[in-house]
Amino acid sequence: MDWMKISSALLIVLMLVYLLPRAKDMIKNSPKASGNDFVAVLIPLLLVAGFVFLLIKSV
Amino acid sequence: MNRPVELAQSQSAVLETNKVLKNTYALLSVTLLFSAFTAYISMQMEMPGFMPLVATFGALGLIWLVLPRTANSAAGIGVVFAITGLLGLGLGPILNNYLQMSNGGQLIMTSLGGTGVIFLALSGYALTTKRDFSFMGGMLVVGMVLVLIASLANIFMQIPALSLAVSAIVILIMSGFILYDTSRIINGGEKNYIMATVGLYLSLYNIFVHLLILLGVMSDD
Repeated sequence: MDWMKISSALLIVLMLVYLLPRAKDMIKNSPKASGNDFVAVLIPLLLVAGFVFLLIKSV
Repeated sequence: MNRPVELAQSQSAVLETNKVLKNTYALLSVTLLFSAFTAYISMQMEMPGFMPLVATFGALGLIWLVLPRTANSAAGIGVVFAITGLLGLGLGPILNNYLQMSNGGQLIMTSLGGTGVIFLALSGYALTTKRDFSFMGGMLVVGMVLVLIASLANIFMQIPALSLAVSAIVILIMSGFILYDTSRIINGGEKNYIMATVGLYLSLYNIFVHLLILLGVMSDD
């Protein structure tokens, strides 16, 4: 195994160590969403997915 | 009767939000240009293949250790330029790799244009609807944690399909972060334009890189 793989793995582990406590904190403190909120997020994200699909088809 | 006082307070809050938004987009534009410049320098100097890794280590060190201490001072602007400059340097070898493909130039331009369209559309959506997307914070960070775990596993397993799935999911998560960050600025949750700029820059950077990966793998050539 080369040092690039080890360094990449180390970088990801560092990110996880940094993110995990923040993730717990954000889950605890995030406001609750209603059904309408989810629709308001899902529509633009589905459009992004469709746009990326079109870009892939175009190349 | 506190009506005039309330009105004045709400007007001053709107003015402050507009100021943060204006400063964020101004700094974001300049840092994107600076990043493109350092990427060009890195390409011309033919920086080695390990440069993206070194640049990411450096940028994360600045984001985690230096930026929180300087974000409220003028030095924070210098730190933002250092972060974006480093990430631009890291892009150089990646772009050089793509340029060796027969349609590499087209892939890079498509990815750049696609990133721009996604950013403008999502920012426009968040700005016009003025919705509060703060409920997404927990989900987005959990999504990021899962993606990082999958990426860590794939360093050792080397499954191409997993790599593609990770890139596709990162694009969606970063799109979610654009909505989240923009709504935080509009609704007064983020009052520091330096932090807001770094958040939006990282979303754009990740969308560009992962779109490039997807287009590169799925391209006919």
